[in-house]
Amino acid sequence: MSLIKGTNFDASTLTALQKVTLRAVVMSFLFYGLAALEGTLMRVALVNPSIPPIEGHASHFFSIMTVHPIIGIFGSTYQLVFAAFMFLIPYLTKKPLYSVGLANFVWIMITVGSALAWIAAFVWSYAPLYTLYWPLPADTEQFNVIGGIVFIVGVALIMIGTLGFIYNIYATIFAKVGVHANKTTKELLISGFGIDGLLNLKNKLTGKPPYSKEPALSLPVVAIFRGTVDTFLDALVILGAGILVLVYLLADASGASWDVHAIDALLYKNFFWWGLDLVADGLVLIYVAGSWYLLATLITGQKLFMENVARAALLLELFVSWMVWSHHLLADQGQPEMMKLISGEMVTMFELLTQGLALFITLMTLWKARPLKMTMELKYLLAGLLGFGLAVPAAIIQADMGMNRILHNTQWIIGAHVHIALLTGLYMTLYSVVYVLWPLLTNNTKVFSMKMANMHFWLHLIGSLGMGAFMGMAGLDGMLRRHFYMDGEFQTFMILAAIAAVMMLVAWLIFLINIIMSVGLKGLIGIFLPAKDDTATFGIDPQPSVVAQKK
Amino acid sequence: MTFETSVELLKFHNVAYTVYAMIIISVIAWFAYNLTRTEKAKPIVRIPFYLYIGFLVAMGVGHHIFTYNTIPWVSEDIMRHNVTPDKTFKINIANHKFDMEKMEIKKGEKVLFDAHSSDLVYGFGLFRQDGSMISQMQVNPGSKNDLLWTFNECGEFDVRSTEYAGPAGNDMFVKKVVVVTGCDKKGV
Repeated sequence: MSLIKGTNFDASTLTALQKVTLRAVVMSFLFYGLAALEGTLMRVALVNPSIPPIEGHASHFFSIMTVHPIIGIFGSTYQLVFAAFMFLIPYLTKKPLYSVGLANFVWIMITVGSALAWIAAFVWSYAPLYTLYWPLPADTEQFNVIGGIVFIVGVALIMIGTLGFIYNIYATIFAKVGVHANKTTKELLISGFGIDGLLNLKNKLTGKPPYSKEPALSLPVVAIFRGTVDTFLDALVILGAGILVLVYLLADASGASWDVHAIDALLYKNFFWWGLDLVADGLVLIYVAGSWYLLATLITGQKLFMENVARAALLLELFVSWMVWSHHLLADQGQPEMMKLISGEMVTMFELLTQGLALFITLMTLWKARPLKMTMELKYLLAGLLGFGLAVPAAIIQADMGMNRILHNTQWIIGAHVHIALLTGLYMTLYSVVYVLWPLLTNNTKVFSMKMANMHFWLHLIGSLGMGAFMGMAGLDGMLRRHFYMDGEFQTFMILAAIAAVMMLVAWLIFLINIIMSVGLKGLIGIFLPAKDDTATFGIDPQPSVVAQKK
Repeated sequence: MTFETSVELLKFHNVAYTVYAMIIISVIAWFAYNLTRTEKAKPIVRIPFYLYIGFLVAMGVGHHIFTYNTIPWVSEDIMRHNVTPDKTFKINIANHKFDMEKMEIKKGEKVLFDAHSSDLVYGFGLFRQDGSMISQMQVNPGSKNDLLWTFNECGEFDVRSTEYAGPAGNDMFVKKVVVVTGCDKKGV
């Protein structure tokens, strides 16, 4: 057992599928550390603005604020989720991944894209924030053109990688091999959209036999299938916005002066938020619900409670996630009132229902299997459920025309809602997935220290809840989310939030050390070396297509 | 029950959400504890599935009905196009600067803030001297940005941009530009 060799990890025994998954996981946690460091720097700067490296410079502060979500959401979360799903789809469908080469392309594109966006902010202080509110990203009086071009190219590479992931997922799901050798595309589509669950429920109510006793796709695959629809639409919108910004920046670089007001700022906001909200409300909630279902069944070894309801709920979320974007525009007076009422308030309310259902089904599945051992994966899963149990109602509260008037763009939104959803809800769920997949991906490598794993859990849980809560309280006192306060305003809450942020950074360091001590530096390098075994499946015959043909 | 100012509403919200947060943390902690016990836990309360779903729907819809009936600026905002304001103030914003005159208002007057941006997306936010927010709206170039507001409190209020418009926008802050008078000595 050593820093070089790890515990009992041997990278040379890994298959191509295991290696490509682990490569993305390693990059994901490195980007997470960068995002955690950026977040801590901003929190500390709000306590003492003159502390290096920000030293009271608003341009530096907002550069960090611009890349922080790019690194955190795309560099880290996208990588981790995509890696897990490109492993889980072959694992759950018992079919090979369509292309390991494409999976490698995905993590490289997202890594290079995230790095370019970071460089644009670090070198040229390009800082239009992730919202890219038109015409700010094309404002060449404030921002360097080259910086803007590098940033947009970076984001475009991330989206191209995302499209690669989407192609790989659907090509694997629709492949007529193995257990799906005799399935039609229609059957797979009906199952993928959760329509079979809805028809099963209808038939049950009308006393008819079930439409499908054995659905073509398992529930977690349905959630991945469904969430990937939103990932695709979101990638198109972000790419579209990127092209628009790029065209204006290139025009400026060539000496042309195009009128930025040819693009309507409010219409652009609607377009952009429609796409961006598919990440928050479609992709995250659906992927998370699917992950909860998978984790609950793997942890308990039992069938999911009320599976047909869960399938139908995923279908409902299809319509909900496409129609909720106006809750981001409740403070925009030019937005039609009916859109605020229907999309912003009423349809958004359904997210309380869909996420409440997912929470209920997961808890019931666990409850029916008790007594359970409090393993790391169960611990993290419960913390993830708690995170969304706190963050989703916070979102419903602010998606209200009365409350939004005094909460919009305050630290309440980004603290009590966004950071608790991401850091407590999403990341705790993802850590649970990591602990479930760890033995499968590393061929039963022993974790270096369970004490360190527990320290990571508690520091991250308390830190994320604490930071979200103190930011939220500052927001209720009027503190804005996109403002650099330099005169000691909201000091008490900012000190407490900074302490919580440092706790999370320490938690990540402990996690990183524990992982490195488990796989060893030699093993870490080995993950990035070519695989000797090109198997793209897990736990089955590596060539199920051949088996299917023989049958 | 009516919330006259944002201070009252935010205090209520703070207490209600804190109570909810404590409940959900306690439920998950209780659940985690009992999940590992061999002896069967006695449910504190048995909630049927459809009652739970009904509760979620009632909370989601009820929340909006509650705020519509207790927060005065909701209906005022929706109906603002049919209301003749007592005073209208024009606010022009360009190059990260507010162009507006001192706004003197009597308590209870319906005031329309009509903001225009000639370049970027900004925000128009009204703040008390302790930094707490009274109200706000986004200011989009090329769109109508009108906020109808009835002040139910007196004092001198600041205006700050509530939307990021580049680092230069961080200084978009005008002290005590809105003055509301007409309250008695107790401030009512």
